[in-house]
Amino acid sequence: MIYHISVSSVLRKTVCDLYTNLVTRPTGVAVRQAIEAALAELPEPNVTVIDFAHVKMLDFSCADEVVGKLLDFYQNAEAQPQRYFLIRGAHDGHLEAIEAVLERYNLAVIVQDESGSLRLVGTLEDGARRAWQVVKTEGRCGPLEVGRALGAPADAALHLLDDLSARRLVMRRDDGYVSLPQSV
Amino acid sequence: MTTVITVPPSLDDHTFEQLLEQLAPVALDQKVLVDARHTRWASPYGLTALLTLAQSRGTQAAFTGPETEETASYWQRAGFYRYAEELFEMHGHVPRARTQAAESNVLLEITPVAKSDDVHDVVDRIQAKAQQILVNELNLDPMATMRFAMTLSEVCQNIVEHAQTMGFVAVQTYRYRQRLGRRVVVIAVCDAGIGFRRSLESAPGRKLSDRWDDAAALEEAVIRGVSRFRDPGRGQGLAGVRRYVGRWDGKLSVRSGTARISLVPPWDDDIPLREHLSPLPGSQVQITIPERVPQK
Repeated sequence: MIYHISVSSVLRKTVCDLYTNLVTRPTGVAVRQAIEAALAELPEPNVTVIDFAHVKMLDFSCADEVVGKLLDFYQNAEAQPQRYFLIRGAHDGHLEAIEAVLERYNLAVIVQDESGSLRLVGTLEDGARRAWQVVKTEGRCGPLEVGRALGAPADAALHLLDDLSARRLVMRRDDGYVSLPQSV
Repeated sequence: MTTVITVPPSLDDHTFEQLLEQLAPVALDQKVLVDARHTRWASPYGLTALLTLAQSRGTQAAFTGPETEETASYWQRAGFYRYAEELFEMHGHVPRARTQAAESNVLLEITPVAKSDDVHDVVDRIQAKAQQILVNELNLDPMATMRFAMTLSEVCQNIVEHAQTMGFVAVQTYRYRQRLGRRVVVIAVCDAGIGFRRSLESAPGRKLSDRWDDAAALEEAVIRGVSRFRDPGRGQGLAGVRRYVGRWDGKLSVRSGTARISLVPPWDDDIPLREHLSPLPGSQVQITIPERVPQK
Protein backbone atom coordinates (compact mmCIF):
# COMPACT_ATOMS: atom_id res chain seq x y z
CA MET A 1 0.00 0.00 0.00
CA ILE A 2 0.93 3.60 -0.48
CA TYR A 3 0.18 5.77 2.52
CA HIS A 4 0.08 9.52 2.47
CA ILE A 5 1.19 11.84 5.25
CA SER A 6 0.58 15.56 4.80
CA VAL A 7 3.29 17.31 6.77
CA SER A 8 1.24 20.50 6.74
CA SER A 9 -1.72 18.70 8.38
CA VAL A 10 0.55 17.08 10.95
CA LEU A 11 2.07 20.48 11.72
CA ARG A 12 -1.32 22.07 12.26
CA LYS A 13 -2.67 19.17 14.32
CA THR A 14 0.35 18.65 16.54
CA VAL A 15 1.90 22.08 16.98
CA CYS A 16 -0.39 24.96 16.06
CA ASP A 17 -3.26 25.19 13.58
CA LEU A 18 -2.02 28.60 12.44
CA TYR A 19 1.47 27.54 11.42
CA THR A 20 2.40 27.13 7.77
CA ASN A 21 6.17 27.22 8.21
CA LEU A 22 8.09 24.21 9.36
CA VAL A 23 10.68 25.99 11.46
CA THR A 24 12.50 25.37 14.76
CA ARG A 25 13.73 22.13 16.20
CA PRO A 26 10.95 21.65 18.79
CA THR A 27 8.41 21.93 15.95
CA GLY A 28 10.41 19.41 13.92
CA VAL A 29 10.58 17.00 16.87
CA ALA A 30 6.80 17.22 17.40
CA VAL A 31 6.08 16.64 13.71
CA ARG A 32 8.54 13.74 13.43
CA GLN A 33 7.11 12.05 16.51
CA ALA A 34 3.59 12.39 15.10
CA ILE A 35 4.77 10.88 11.79
CA GLU A 36 6.51 8.05 13.64
CA ALA A 37 3.32 7.36 15.62
CA ALA A 38 1.33 7.21 12.37
CA LEU A 39 3.92 4.93 10.77
CA ALA A 40 3.79 2.56 13.73
CA GLU A 41 0.15 1.84 12.90
CA LEU A 42 0.88 0.90 9.31
CA PRO A 43 1.49 -2.67 8.13
CA GLU A 44 4.81 -3.59 6.52
CA PRO A 45 5.98 -3.34 3.88
CA ASN A 46 4.62 -0.02 2.78
CA VAL A 47 5.51 3.09 0.84
CA THR A 48 4.80 6.32 2.67
CA VAL A 49 4.54 9.60 0.81
CA ILE A 50 5.78 12.47 2.94
CA ASP A 51 3.98 15.39 1.36
CA PHE A 52 5.32 18.91 1.88
CA ALA A 53 2.54 20.65 -0.07
CA HIS A 54 1.20 23.73 1.76
CA VAL A 55 4.35 23.99 3.88
CA LYS A 56 5.67 27.44 3.03
CA MET A 57 9.13 27.11 4.47
CA LEU A 58 11.33 24.37 5.88
CA ASP A 59 14.42 25.41 7.79
CA PHE A 60 17.53 23.29 8.36
CA SER A 61 16.67 22.36 11.95
CA CYS A 62 13.21 21.12 10.99
CA ALA A 63 14.56 19.32 7.92
CA ASP A 64 17.02 17.58 10.22
CA GLU A 65 14.22 16.33 12.48
CA VAL A 66 11.49 15.60 9.93
CA VAL A 67 13.64 14.16 7.12
CA GLY A 68 17.15 13.45 8.45
CA LYS A 69 16.28 11.69 11.69
CA LEU A 70 13.24 9.94 10.25
CA LEU A 71 15.07 8.46 7.27
CA ASP A 72 18.19 7.74 9.28
CA PHE A 73 16.15 5.59 11.65
CA TYR A 74 14.35 3.63 8.95
CA GLN A 75 17.38 3.21 6.71
CA ASN A 76 19.88 2.39 9.43
CA ALA A 77 17.88 0.84 12.27
CA GLU A 78 19.05 -2.66 13.16
CA ALA A 79 15.72 -4.36 12.54
CA GLN A 80 15.30 -2.38 9.28
CA PRO A 81 11.50 -2.15 9.15
CA GLN A 82 10.15 -2.52 5.62
CA ARG A 83 9.22 1.12 5.19
CA TYR A 84 9.92 3.08 2.06
CA PHE A 85 9.60 6.81 1.65
CA LEU A 86 8.78 9.12 -1.20
CA ILE A 87 8.93 12.89 -0.82
CA ARG A 88 6.30 14.88 -2.66
CA GLY A 89 5.22 18.52 -2.81
CA ALA A 90 8.70 19.82 -2.04
CA HIS A 91 9.72 23.02 -3.81
CA ASP A 92 13.30 24.16 -4.37
CA GLY A 93 13.46 25.92 -1.00
CA HIS A 94 12.45 22.74 0.82
CA LEU A 95 14.89 20.69 -1.23
CA GLU A 96 17.83 22.92 -0.30
CA ALA A 97 17.28 22.13 3.36
CA ILE A 98 16.50 18.46 2.67
CA GLU A 99 19.62 17.97 0.56
CA ALA A 100 21.79 19.57 3.24
CA VAL A 101 20.57 17.13 5.90
CA LEU A 102 20.75 14.10 3.61
CA GLU A 103 24.37 14.94 2.91
CA ARG A 104 25.06 15.22 6.62
CA TYR A 105 23.57 11.77 7.31
CA ASN A 106 24.86 10.17 4.11
CA LEU A 107 21.30 9.36 3.06
CA ALA A 108 19.30 9.47 -0.16
CA VAL A 109 15.58 9.65 -0.83
CA ILE A 110 13.28 9.61 -3.84
CA VAL A 111 11.52 12.85 -4.67
CA GLN A 112 8.46 13.05 -6.89
CA ASP A 113 7.97 16.37 -8.64
CA GLU A 114 4.73 18.02 -9.74
CA SER A 115 4.70 16.15 -13.05
CA GLY A 116 4.98 12.84 -11.21
CA SER A 117 8.52 12.05 -12.34
CA LEU A 118 10.96 10.67 -9.79
CA ARG A 119 14.50 11.61 -8.98
CA LEU A 120 17.05 10.70 -6.38
CA VAL A 121 18.15 13.35 -3.94
CA GLY A 122 20.98 13.01 -1.45
CA THR A 123 24.20 11.10 -1.17
CA LEU A 124 24.63 8.08 -3.39
CA GLU A 125 27.53 6.74 -5.42
CA ASP A 126 27.32 7.24 -9.14
CA GLY A 127 27.04 3.48 -9.87
CA ALA A 128 24.13 3.06 -7.45
CA ARG A 129 22.47 6.13 -8.92
CA ARG A 130 22.71 4.67 -12.42
CA ALA A 131 21.43 1.31 -11.19
CA TRP A 132 18.46 3.07 -9.64
CA GLN A 133 17.74 4.73 -12.99
CA VAL A 134 17.66 1.32 -14.64
CA VAL A 135 15.23 -0.08 -12.07
CA LYS A 136 13.09 3.04 -12.37
CA THR A 137 12.94 2.74 -16.15
CA GLU A 138 12.31 -1.00 -16.18
CA GLY A 139 10.01 -1.07 -13.17
CA ARG A 140 11.26 -4.50 -12.18
CA CYS A 141 14.61 -6.12 -13.01
CA GLY A 142 17.48 -8.20 -11.71
CA PRO A 143 21.27 -7.98 -11.62
CA LEU A 144 21.66 -9.35 -15.15
CA GLU A 145 19.58 -6.55 -16.72
CA VAL A 146 21.18 -3.89 -14.56
CA GLY A 147 24.66 -5.24 -15.27
CA ARG A 148 23.91 -5.24 -19.00
CA ALA A 149 22.63 -1.65 -18.90
CA LEU A 150 25.63 -0.44 -16.93
CA GLY A 151 28.22 -2.55 -18.73
CA ALA A 152 29.16 -4.15 -15.43
CA PRO A 153 29.41 -7.76 -14.22
CA ALA A 154 26.23 -9.18 -12.69
CA ASP A 155 27.81 -9.58 -9.25
CA ALA A 156 28.76 -5.90 -9.23
CA ALA A 157 25.20 -5.02 -10.27
CA LEU A 158 23.83 -7.26 -7.52
CA HIS A 159 25.97 -5.40 -5.00
CA LEU A 160 24.54 -2.07 -6.22
CA LEU A 161 20.97 -3.37 -6.08
CA ASP A 162 21.44 -4.73 -2.57
CA ASP A 163 22.80 -1.36 -1.52
CA LEU A 164 19.74 0.38 -3.02
CA SER A 165 17.47 -2.10 -1.27
CA ALA A 166 19.20 -1.58 2.08
CA ARG A 167 18.77 2.15 1.62
CA ARG A 168 15.06 1.58 0.94
CA LEU A 169 15.32 3.09 -2.55
CA VAL A 170 14.13 -0.06 -4.35
CA MET A 171 12.16 -3.03 -3.03
CA ARG A 172 13.69 -6.47 -3.12
CA ARG A 173 11.26 -9.17 -4.19
CA ASP A 174 11.72 -12.87 -4.97
CA ASP A 175 11.70 -12.15 -8.68
CA GLY A 176 13.89 -9.08 -8.69
CA TYR A 177 14.20 -5.49 -7.58
CA VAL A 178 11.20 -3.21 -7.94
CA SER A 179 10.94 0.51 -8.35
CA LEU A 180 8.85 1.99 -5.53
CA PRO A 181 5.71 3.26 -7.24
CA GLN A 182 5.41 0.01 -9.24
CA SER A 183 5.61 -2.05 -6.12
CA VAL A 184 2.06 -1.35 -4.96
CA MET B 1 28.66 56.59 42.05
CA THR B 2 27.24 56.42 38.56
CA THR B 3 29.55 56.04 35.59
CA VAL B 4 28.46 57.72 32.38
CA ILE B 5 28.87 55.59 29.27
CA THR B 6 28.74 57.74 26.17
CA VAL B 7 27.09 56.32 23.08
CA PRO B 8 28.87 57.48 19.91
CA PRO B 9 27.02 59.63 17.35
CA SER B 10 26.78 56.72 14.98
CA LEU B 11 26.15 53.37 16.66
CA ASP B 12 26.89 50.19 14.76
CA ASP B 13 28.69 46.90 15.38
CA HIS B 14 32.10 48.61 15.26
CA THR B 15 31.35 51.68 17.34
CA PHE B 16 29.47 49.60 19.90
CA GLU B 17 32.91 48.40 20.99
CA GLN B 18 33.55 51.93 22.29
CA LEU B 19 30.72 51.45 24.79
CA LEU B 20 32.12 48.14 25.90
CA GLU B 21 35.59 49.64 26.34
CA GLN B 22 34.07 52.28 28.62
CA LEU B 23 32.17 49.58 30.51
CA ALA B 24 35.09 47.19 30.93
CA PRO B 25 36.57 48.80 34.07
CA VAL B 26 33.14 49.29 35.69
CA ALA B 27 32.04 46.59 38.15
CA LEU B 28 28.94 44.69 37.09
CA ASP B 29 26.88 45.90 40.04
CA GLN B 30 27.98 49.51 39.73
CA LYS B 31 25.41 51.93 38.35
CA VAL B 32 25.96 53.20 34.81
CA LEU B 33 24.16 55.82 32.77
CA VAL B 34 24.12 55.07 29.06
CA ASP B 35 24.08 58.47 27.46
CA ALA B 36 22.78 58.49 23.88
CA ARG B 37 21.83 62.16 23.79
CA HIS B 38 24.20 62.92 20.96
CA THR B 39 23.58 59.80 18.96
CA ARG B 40 22.13 60.50 15.53
CA TRP B 41 21.98 57.06 13.99
CA ALA B 42 21.96 53.43 15.10
CA SER B 43 22.02 50.20 13.15
CA PRO B 44 19.75 47.33 14.21
CA TYR B 45 22.84 45.78 15.81
CA GLY B 46 23.42 48.97 17.80
CA LEU B 47 19.84 49.05 19.09
CA THR B 48 19.55 45.37 19.97
CA ALA B 49 23.02 45.33 21.53
CA LEU B 50 22.06 48.29 23.74
CA LEU B 51 19.20 46.20 25.11
CA THR B 52 21.59 43.29 25.60
CA LEU B 53 23.94 45.57 27.48
CA ALA B 54 21.06 46.53 29.80
CA GLN B 55 20.27 42.85 30.37
CA SER B 56 23.87 42.12 31.25
CA ARG B 57 24.17 44.62 34.12
CA GLY B 58 23.92 43.53 37.74
CA THR B 59 22.37 46.87 38.71
CA GLN B 60 19.75 48.40 36.45
CA ALA B 61 21.43 50.82 34.07
CA ALA B 62 20.04 54.29 33.44
CA PHE B 63 19.49 55.58 29.90
CA THR B 64 19.04 58.90 28.20
CA GLY B 65 17.92 58.77 24.60
CA PRO B 66 18.81 60.84 21.54
CA GLU B 67 18.02 64.53 21.75
CA THR B 68 17.11 64.92 18.12
CA GLU B 69 13.43 64.29 17.57
CA GLU B 70 14.05 62.52 14.27
CA THR B 71 16.43 59.98 15.81
CA ALA B 72 14.28 59.40 18.89
CA SER B 73 11.22 58.95 16.74
CA TYR B 74 13.03 56.43 14.53
CA TRP B 75 14.17 54.44 17.57
CA GLN B 76 10.59 54.48 18.79
CA ARG B 77 9.30 53.17 15.46
CA ALA B 78 12.03 50.51 15.42
CA GLY B 79 10.62 49.23 18.72
CA PHE B 80 13.60 50.18 20.87
CA TYR B 81 11.78 52.12 23.58
CA ARG B 82 9.20 49.40 24.16
CA TYR B 83 11.93 47.18 25.63
CA ALA B 84 14.30 49.92 26.79
CA GLU B 85 11.63 51.10 29.23
CA GLU B 86 11.51 47.60 30.73
CA LEU B 87 15.26 47.16 30.97
CA PHE B 88 16.68 50.63 31.67
CA GLU B 89 15.85 53.27 34.21
CA MET B 90 14.77 55.92 31.73
CA HIS B 91 15.87 59.52 32.07
CA GLY B 92 14.90 62.53 29.98
CA HIS B 93 12.43 62.58 27.13
CA VAL B 94 10.93 59.27 26.06
CA PRO B 95 9.07 59.57 22.76
CA ARG B 96 5.56 58.21 22.96
CA ALA B 97 4.43 55.47 20.63
CA ARG B 98 2.11 56.96 18.06
CA THR B 99 -0.20 55.32 15.59
CA GLN B 100 1.42 56.06 12.30
CA ALA B 101 2.42 54.50 9.06
CA ALA B 102 4.91 51.67 9.51
CA GLU B 103 8.54 52.60 8.96
CA SER B 104 9.36 51.25 5.52
CA ASN B 105 13.04 50.67 6.36
CA VAL B 106 12.15 48.50 9.31
CA LEU B 107 11.49 45.02 8.01
CA LEU B 108 11.17 43.66 11.51
CA GLU B 109 11.01 45.94 14.51
CA ILE B 110 12.92 44.88 17.59
CA THR B 111 11.30 41.64 18.71
CA PRO B 112 12.07 39.52 21.76
CA VAL B 113 12.96 35.88 21.17
CA ALA B 114 12.80 33.42 24.03
CA LYS B 115 11.01 30.34 22.75
CA SER B 116 10.20 28.39 19.63
CA ASP B 117 6.84 30.16 19.11
CA ASP B 118 8.66 33.50 18.91
CA VAL B 119 10.71 32.19 15.99
CA HIS B 120 7.51 31.16 14.19
CA ASP B 121 6.15 34.65 14.75
CA VAL B 122 9.33 36.30 13.44
CA VAL B 123 9.35 34.12 10.32
CA ASP B 124 5.67 34.78 9.59
CA ARG B 125 6.14 38.52 9.93
CA ILE B 126 9.28 38.72 7.82
CA GLN B 127 7.77 36.72 4.97
CA ALA B 128 4.96 39.20 4.69
CA LYS B 129 7.31 42.17 4.33
CA ALA B 130 10.52 40.85 2.82
CA GLN B 131 9.46 39.94 -0.72
CA GLN B 132 9.06 43.49 -2.02
CA ILE B 133 12.34 44.76 -0.59
CA LEU B 134 14.57 41.75 -1.26
CA VAL B 135 13.48 41.03 -4.79
CA ASN B 136 12.37 44.39 -6.15
CA GLU B 137 14.73 46.73 -4.35
CA LEU B 138 17.80 44.64 -3.57
CA ASN B 139 17.58 42.67 -6.84
CA LEU B 140 18.00 39.33 -5.09
CA ASP B 141 16.62 36.25 -6.82
CA PRO B 142 13.01 35.23 -6.06
CA MET B 143 14.18 32.39 -3.81
CA ALA B 144 15.87 35.00 -1.62
CA THR B 145 12.80 35.63 0.52
CA MET B 146 12.66 32.00 1.57
CA ARG B 147 16.40 31.76 2.19
CA PHE B 148 16.30 35.00 4.09
CA ALA B 149 13.52 33.70 6.34
CA MET B 150 15.45 30.45 6.85
CA THR B 151 18.52 32.44 7.83
CA LEU B 152 16.51 34.47 10.28
CA SER B 153 14.94 31.34 11.72
CA GLU B 154 18.28 29.68 12.31
CA VAL B 155 19.97 32.67 13.97
CA CYS B 156 16.94 33.23 16.21
CA GLN B 157 16.95 29.55 17.20
CA ASN B 158 20.48 30.03 18.39
CA ILE B 159 18.98 32.05 21.26
CA VAL B 160 16.28 29.49 22.01
CA GLU B 161 18.68 26.55 21.97
CA HIS B 162 21.82 27.98 23.50
CA ALA B 163 21.43 31.35 25.21
CA GLN B 164 19.29 30.22 28.17
CA THR B 165 17.81 33.70 28.25
CA MET B 166 15.73 36.04 26.11
CA GLY B 167 17.31 37.86 23.19
CA PHE B 168 16.28 40.40 20.58
CA VAL B 169 16.12 40.41 16.79
CA ALA B 170 15.69 43.30 14.37
CA VAL B 171 15.84 43.62 10.59
CA GLN B 172 16.27 46.87 8.69
CA THR B 173 17.32 48.07 5.29
CA TYR B 174 19.35 51.19 4.69
CA ARG B 175 21.88 52.66 2.30
CA TYR B 176 25.35 51.65 3.43
CA ARG B 177 27.29 54.64 2.17
CA GLN B 178 30.41 54.21 4.26
CA ARG B 179 31.72 50.97 2.78
CA LEU B 180 29.48 49.96 -0.04
CA GLY B 181 27.42 52.79 -1.50
CA ARG B 182 24.53 50.37 -1.92
CA ARG B 183 21.41 49.41 -0.06
CA VAL B 184 21.75 46.57 2.41
CA VAL B 185 19.41 44.53 4.52
CA VAL B 186 20.76 43.85 7.99
CA ILE B 187 19.70 41.21 10.50
CA ALA B 188 20.84 41.69 14.09
CA VAL B 189 20.25 39.04 16.75
CA CYS B 190 21.65 39.75 20.21
CA ASP B 191 21.36 38.02 23.55
CA ALA B 192 23.04 38.26 26.92
CA GLY B 193 23.04 34.52 27.52
CA ILE B 194 25.82 32.05 28.16
CA GLY B 195 27.62 32.61 24.85
CA PHE B 196 29.35 30.14 22.54
CA ARG B 197 32.24 29.18 24.80
CA ARG B 198 30.10 28.15 27.76
CA SER B 199 27.57 26.50 25.49
CA LEU B 200 30.25 24.28 23.94
CA GLU B 201 31.84 23.64 27.33
CA SER B 202 28.51 22.21 28.52
CA ALA B 203 28.75 19.34 26.01
CA PRO B 204 29.13 16.14 28.05
CA GLY B 205 32.61 14.64 27.86
CA ARG B 206 33.93 17.43 25.71
CA LYS B 207 37.72 17.75 25.72
CA LEU B 208 38.93 21.31 25.57
CA SER B 209 41.91 22.16 23.43
CA ASP B 210 45.02 23.84 24.89
CA ARG B 211 43.96 27.08 23.28
CA TRP B 212 40.40 27.35 24.50
CA ASP B 213 38.80 30.76 24.70
CA ASP B 214 35.96 32.75 23.14
CA ALA B 215 37.76 32.98 19.80
CA ALA B 216 38.38 29.23 19.67
CA ALA B 217 34.73 28.57 20.56
CA LEU B 218 33.56 30.87 17.75
CA GLU B 219 35.86 29.14 15.27
CA GLU B 220 34.47 25.75 16.33
CA ALA B 221 30.83 26.79 16.10
CA VAL B 222 30.81 29.18 13.15
CA ILE B 223 33.51 27.71 10.91
CA ARG B 224 33.45 24.02 11.79
CA GLY B 225 29.76 23.69 12.69
CA VAL B 226 30.43 22.15 16.10
CA SER B 227 27.49 22.09 18.50
CA ARG B 228 27.18 21.23 22.16
CA PHE B 229 24.82 18.45 21.09
CA ARG B 230 26.39 15.20 19.89
CA ASP B 231 23.56 14.58 17.49
CA PRO B 232 24.98 14.46 13.92
CA GLY B 233 22.25 16.76 12.64
CA ARG B 234 23.31 19.60 14.92
CA GLY B 235 25.34 22.54 13.73
CA GLN B 236 23.57 22.65 10.38
CA GLY B 237 21.77 25.89 11.11
CA LEU B 238 24.85 28.09 11.20
CA ALA B 239 26.34 26.11 8.30
CA GLY B 240 23.23 26.91 6.25
CA VAL B 241 23.42 30.57 7.24
CA ARG B 242 27.08 30.67 6.20
CA ARG B 243 26.21 29.15 2.83
CA TYR B 244 23.44 31.65 2.12
CA VAL B 245 25.47 34.63 3.25
CA GLY B 246 28.29 33.53 0.93
CA ARG B 247 25.88 33.14 -1.96
CA TRP B 248 24.57 36.67 -1.43
CA ASP B 249 28.07 38.12 -1.18
CA GLY B 250 27.03 39.09 2.32
CA LYS B 251 28.80 39.42 5.62
CA LEU B 252 28.29 37.37 8.77
CA SER B 253 29.72 38.54 12.09
CA VAL B 254 29.35 36.73 15.37
CA ARG B 255 30.55 38.24 18.62
CA SER B 256 30.65 36.31 21.86
CA GLY B 257 32.43 37.13 25.09
CA THR B 258 35.70 38.78 24.12
CA ALA B 259 35.95 37.71 20.47
CA ARG B 260 34.30 38.38 17.17
CA ILE B 261 34.51 36.29 14.04
CA SER B 262 33.47 37.52 10.59
CA LEU B 263 33.07 36.03 7.17
CA VAL B 264 34.28 39.02 5.25
CA PRO B 265 33.12 39.61 1.65
CA PRO B 266 35.35 41.39 -0.90
CA TRP B 267 33.54 44.72 -0.42
CA ASP B 268 34.49 44.92 3.26
CA ASP B 269 37.87 45.21 4.96
CA ASP B 270 36.97 43.93 8.41
CA ILE B 271 39.35 41.67 10.32
CA PRO B 272 38.12 38.03 10.23
CA LEU B 273 38.92 37.31 13.87
CA ARG B 274 39.15 39.88 16.62
CA GLU B 275 40.30 38.71 20.02
CA HIS B 276 40.73 40.27 23.46
CA LEU B 277 37.80 42.63 23.02
CA SER B 278 36.04 44.11 26.01
CA PRO B 279 33.65 41.49 27.38
CA LEU B 280 29.94 41.27 26.71
CA PRO B 281 27.95 38.21 27.78
CA GLY B 282 26.00 36.12 25.29
CA SER B 283 26.26 36.27 21.55
CA GLN B 284 25.60 39.00 19.05
CA VAL B 285 25.09 38.15 15.40
CA GLN B 286 24.92 40.51 12.45
CA ILE B 287 24.20 39.55 8.86
CA THR B 288 24.56 42.13 6.12
CA ILE B 289 23.22 41.38 2.65
CA PRO B 290 23.99 43.93 -0.05
CA GLU B 291 21.88 44.99 -2.98
CA ARG B 292 22.82 42.93 -6.01
CA VAL B 293 24.19 45.08 -8.80
CA PRO B 294 23.35 43.75 -12.27
CA GLN B 295 26.54 42.61 -14.03
CA LYS B 296 27.52 44.62 -17.08
